[in-house]
Amino acid sequence: MATYQNSMSPIVIKPNKSWQLIDWKELNEYRDLFYFLVLRDIKSLYKQTVLGFTWAIIRPVFSMIIFSVVFGGLANVPSDGIPYPVFSYTALIPWTYFSTAMTFSTQSLITGKAIFTKVYFPRLIIPLTPVLSKLVDFVISFVILFGLMAWYKIAPTINILWVPLLILLMILTASGIGMWLSALAIQYRDIPHGIQFLSQLLMYAAPVVWPVSLIAEKFGEKAELLYGLYPMAGVIEGFRSSLLGHNPMPWDLIGMGTITAVILFITGGLYFKRKERIFADVA
Amino acid sequence: MSNTAIKVEQLSKRYRIGLKEELHDTFIGALASWVKYPFSNFKRVQNLSKFDENIVSEDVIWALKDVSFEVERGEVVGIIGRNGAGKTTLLKILSRITEPTKGYGEIHGRVVSLLEVGTGFHPELTGRENIYLNAAILGMKKAEIASKFDEIVDFADIERFLDTPVKRYSSGMYIRLAFSVAAHLEPEVLMIDEVLAVGDAEFQKKCLGKMESVAKEGRTVLFVSHNMIAIENLCNKGIVLNNGRMKFNGNINEAVESYMTGGKTEYSGEESWQDKENAPGNHQVKLKAIRIVSDGKITGTPGYDHDIEIQIDYWNLTADERRLVSLHVHDVMGILLFTSGNMTSVSSTHDEWCYKKYPEGLFRTNCIIPKELLNTGIHSLSLYINGLGSNDNILLQKHVISFEVKEIQSLRKEYYGKWLGAVRPKLSWKTEKLE
Repeated sequence: MATYQNSMSPIVIKPNKSWQLIDWKELNEYRDLFYFLVLRDIKSLYKQTVLGFTWAIIRPVFSMIIFSVVFGGLANVPSDGIPYPVFSYTALIPWTYFSTAMTFSTQSLITGKAIFTKVYFPRLIIPLTPVLSKLVDFVISFVILFGLMAWYKIAPTINILWVPLLILLMILTASGIGMWLSALAIQYRDIPHGIQFLSQLLMYAAPVVWPVSLIAEKFGEKAELLYGLYPMAGVIEGFRSSLLGHNPMPWDLIGMGTITAVILFITGGLYFKRKERIFADVA
Repeated sequence: MSNTAIKVEQLSKRYRIGLKEELHDTFIGALASWVKYPFSNFKRVQNLSKFDENIVSEDVIWALKDVSFEVERGEVVGIIGRNGAGKTTLLKILSRITEPTKGYGEIHGRVVSLLEVGTGFHPELTGRENIYLNAAILGMKKAEIASKFDEIVDFADIERFLDTPVKRYSSGMYIRLAFSVAAHLEPEVLMIDEVLAVGDAEFQKKCLGKMESVAKEGRTVLFVSHNMIAIENLCNKGIVLNNGRMKFNGNINEAVESYMTGGKTEYSGEESWQDKENAPGNHQVKLKAIRIVSDGKITGTPGYDHDIEIQIDYWNLTADERRLVSLHVHDVMGILLFTSGNMTSVSSTHDEWCYKKYPEGLFRTNCIIPKELLNTGIHSLSLYINGLGSNDNILLQKHVISFEVKEIQSLRKEYYGKWLGAVRPKLSWKTEKLE
């Protein structure tokens, strides 16, 4: 039954010169599609693989083992008084989410070009899909953490209630970077090649294998505050202190990190919308 | 309440094919040049999106230029033209996949475009999961999909394979499923781009049938295809695009005719190119001229009762190769009537050059279509020149020339009106009394 939506205004097609903010209303209209794409991402990764969901655990666990041997054992990197394996694994959980979300998000427009060059839907859904689907791996990897904590007899503190906030900060950062990098990657073909390198760089820049306290020791309090502008610093140290209780919650770092994350998100959205119109032409 | 479904004004799309200036496609490159030439770069980047009408630049092509038309609700419009005429670009702009450079467009109602069959199908997921996914991509809400699910499965005829991963489907099943999802979307405006080119005859029939019923329900359809028969049967209006511009907009039969004949209404009987530079062809063979000769004269309107000689003049530019010349004869709707060539097994006379190695030079091959064979009306020729034993076309000119076979009044004493049939051979008939 064809009913013309006369009350609705027509779809207007014309060249758009201005900067635009993210169209939340349109995204909401397409939320079913978003839901299906996230589901497809999750399902396709694990269908037909023998190990199934355990893939989510293998990467952080193996990294933890290697880091514990190399940095904790051989290099004797300080770990704020906590056993090194727990120290690094607590950081690896949010870090693995962030780096996989960033990597997949960057690639998303390139691998997904078969769809958006043929059908219209808000392109923003594409880089945001891995940001959500990788959360599944994130949740699964918590299982090992509780095992580790039980082994080392560490109990979580009341600050564990702040973890959802940290997760939000993590998601905000991943989305912002995802929007920037995916839009850049589809225009400049050297970006996808550099992404692995960038990810490595960012990991060592983050307090995954070393504690934030080292910065204050070597460079002073002001330096540590400035360092907080790196959102993952606040997220990782926040995870550690809320789950392991060895340090107070690093609110200063978290606050600085939030500033960066918000800026990344807003500018990412602006840049993406601006370049969106040429995606189909340069893909 | 206006009756307009689609309105398009001066729609244009320009592409920069960056030949001279390097259009950076690496980030490092772009960054480096930004540092080196901040100001000139800034201007150039600005220029990329500004298109001054008066700048005629080598590295710019107009895929669409100043296309304007209006489609009313319920019309089924065929969009036809050569490859590269701008048909897909037009559909992409109307589907909001790419932005126009200039111009304005307005669409009333929900739009579904089928620019490729199976958009968004994921090989690892089952048919069931892919129905949901693909329908969502094309714009259906979850609840709608659920209510239409059985219909979709039924039309695609894949009930047994619903829970098998799509990568195991045969190509036929794949296409049936993809089309079935799109066909059940119930948009107000449906845009279809040549998806009928894939699929077997049965599938094509089913598709056309479904599209027909969609049109009957009062929806608006834009249909791009090279299949003139399908276009003629389905559409009531036609738009012809050529090199990005709209050449014709009107009744579908006239549109098809305009496309087939290149818009000409007078037939001169000759197409020729004086200098080699602009002549069609490549470094091996270039076409100099093609002529229709009948009753001793070059004419675009040979009579039914005269032999029709086709003269093909061409330069052979690479020596020591063999050349085979063939013709395809089409009627006004583009239907291929017959083909013929100068190979010994095909030609009624022996063409001595047929198996000889050609030196460089100017050649003429001619062919005689006997009188009283082609039906009266407009015909179009496509010319092929091949090397021996290969399927590669050295020279291929589709619909290079058209002509009109004229009725001879004295022949039609018994019957008036258009003579039916693709061809009109004069056969020998005799009647005798038996008892």
